[in-house]
Amino acid sequence: MTRENEKNDPLLVIRGLTTVFKTDLGFVRAVDGLDLKAYRGETLGVVGESGCGKSTVGMSIMGLIPNPPGKIAGGEIVFEGTDLTRLSNKEMRRVRGNKISMIFQEPMTSLNPVLKVGDLMSEVISLHQNISRGEAREKSVEALRMVGIPSPAIRVNDYPHEMSGGMRQRVMIALAISCNPSLLIADEPTTALDVTIQAQILRLLNQIKEMTGTAIILVTHDLGVIAENTQQVAVMYAGKMVEYAETGSLFDEPLHPYTNGLLLAVPRLGSKEREKRRLNVIPGAVPNLLNLPVGCRFAERCEDVMEKCRAAEPDLVDLGGNHLVRCWKYGR
Amino acid sequence: MNVALTDSQTSLAPRRSFAGMAWRRFLRHKLAVIGAVTISLIVLMALFAPLIAPYDPNHVDIMLAREGPSPDHLFGLDVVGRDILSRMIYGTRVSLSVGLVAVSIYVVIGLILGAMAGYFGGWVDMIISRLVDAVLSFPVLMLILVIVGALGPSIFNIMLVLGLLGWPEVARIVRGQTLAVREELYVTASEAAGAGAKRIIIKDILPNIMSPIIVNATFGVARAILMEAGLSFLGMGVQPPTASWGNMLTDAQSLSTLESMPWMWVPPGMMIFIATVAINFVGDGLRDALDPKMN
Repeated sequence: MTRENEKNDPLLVIRGLTTVFKTDLGFVRAVDGLDLKAYRGETLGVVGESGCGKSTVGMSIMGLIPNPPGKIAGGEIVFEGTDLTRLSNKEMRRVRGNKISMIFQEPMTSLNPVLKVGDLMSEVISLHQNISRGEAREKSVEALRMVGIPSPAIRVNDYPHEMSGGMRQRVMIALAISCNPSLLIADEPTTALDVTIQAQILRLLNQIKEMTGTAIILVTHDLGVIAENTQQVAVMYAGKMVEYAETGSLFDEPLHPYTNGLLLAVPRLGSKEREKRRLNVIPGAVPNLLNLPVGCRFAERCEDVMEKCRAAEPDLVDLGGNHLVRCWKYGR
Repeated sequence: MNVALTDSQTSLAPRRSFAGMAWRRFLRHKLAVIGAVTISLIVLMALFAPLIAPYDPNHVDIMLAREGPSPDHLFGLDVVGRDILSRMIYGTRVSLSVGLVAVSIYVVIGLILGAMAGYFGGWVDMIISRLVDAVLSFPVLMLILVIVGALGPSIFNIMLVLGLLGWPEVARIVRGQTLAVREELYVTASEAAGAGAKRIIIKDILPNIMSPIIVNATFGVARAILMEAGLSFLGMGVQPPTASWGNMLTDAQSLSTLESMPWMWVPPGMMIFIATVAINFVGDGLRDALDPKMN
């Protein structure tokens, strides 16, 4: 194997993860047989359009799939040698916020409005560490300083509504890293923020990764974010992973027609072709998860569709160089 | 220097907390302010009853029985010759304590059961909701009379019965609000931080749904005072010689008293009226002040 990191054991190994939701019309497989690995000190991007199951991956790892209607129907999530799907809720609570933390999309609503930021943070810290209130408070101030909140000793006394969206997202990050987690799941952490703040937040996440060696799973629909901030990418479509690669090789040589379509649909400033180019659109819509086609899930929208594609679903093919793709164009 | 500048700016930035805004809105509500002042006076009256009351409320001067108002006895004397003003002042203690204790009991029960029903859902919700329906479908006054009759009438039993029967309404409100709040992202964020159900209910859910509960509890105090008065009037409440506004009215059950001796029943009746109206004004004011949609 080419990757030097292959020598390291992966921090998180997901094998065959299947998460289903029960609806009035039947079971929906939001995530269907997913295999993924996350390594210490690296960022794994999970990308796809709305409803492809990318957020469900994060919630499955956290064990926060609302049950009912949802549940993890199969597969395992092995984190530091333990299968998280087998842990009791009580054991899982000790993992959440401590070993694995999560950052959400909406910083405006992800902080309890009635608690001061410092109280909220001390609360979470004292959940996982047996320390006094004063020490917890010091740690909160320290975490706020780490995420670049100006005058943190004063800001701990602020209520969330006294802060801007970017600040609140920093507080969320401070909260998430306050117990030195080894895995950080960021579910669309920058979607609700404006572009300059987005860049700051992503830079902050990268700094944290470098400083603490935390593994990050970055869930997003934004390929620009993926390109600049991840080491590996998994592209998801209708609950399945359709392509997995090192970030560089995915952008240099996208193999799956869906990945290719996504990349062509991104507007680019100052691209070589100066003439007016209409943005590429992937025709059609995501198939109904209740009524999936027999063959490849992307067949209906694919430009290179073959007869085979409608007949049977392709397997993930390993093309070497850590590049996997689920498409009939590449063998078997 | 730069840092110091930002520091002072941060601390000097105008801060208007939710409580501050609510307080300003409350002050704009004139009747509510009058109500609040009235209630404060009544509370002071209850606290300092021994200092204010001119006589011992239970001192009987049979020679002066049924005597009308005079400079010595401003509100006159009752059928056995006790000073009505003093009894009315001491009766404040009974009414207020019944109101506060009964409401505290049922708010606590309602908060716990309502939050559990809303947060856990499923069979927990099913059982609690059916229990709410069951209690609400009883004619409350009859039920109270039966229970008090069985337990024996006393101020503690009144508190207990009113407390144990009042919770369904609170539980319903809390359940509904909890259902809404538990979908908030900050609840999911708390779960993701490893908080358990108890902590999430206490720290994340209850503080965010207190406004309607505070309003309901305020009206509840007025209702409990009325209920105590009604029960005592029927002889099922606070027992003589302890003075309560309700059992002072019992004397008015006789037609001659009602017609020709108004000093016996007007003062306690007025106190019941003033206290409940004042509390209801405060409740109205709180409802407007705590409504986040108001400005």
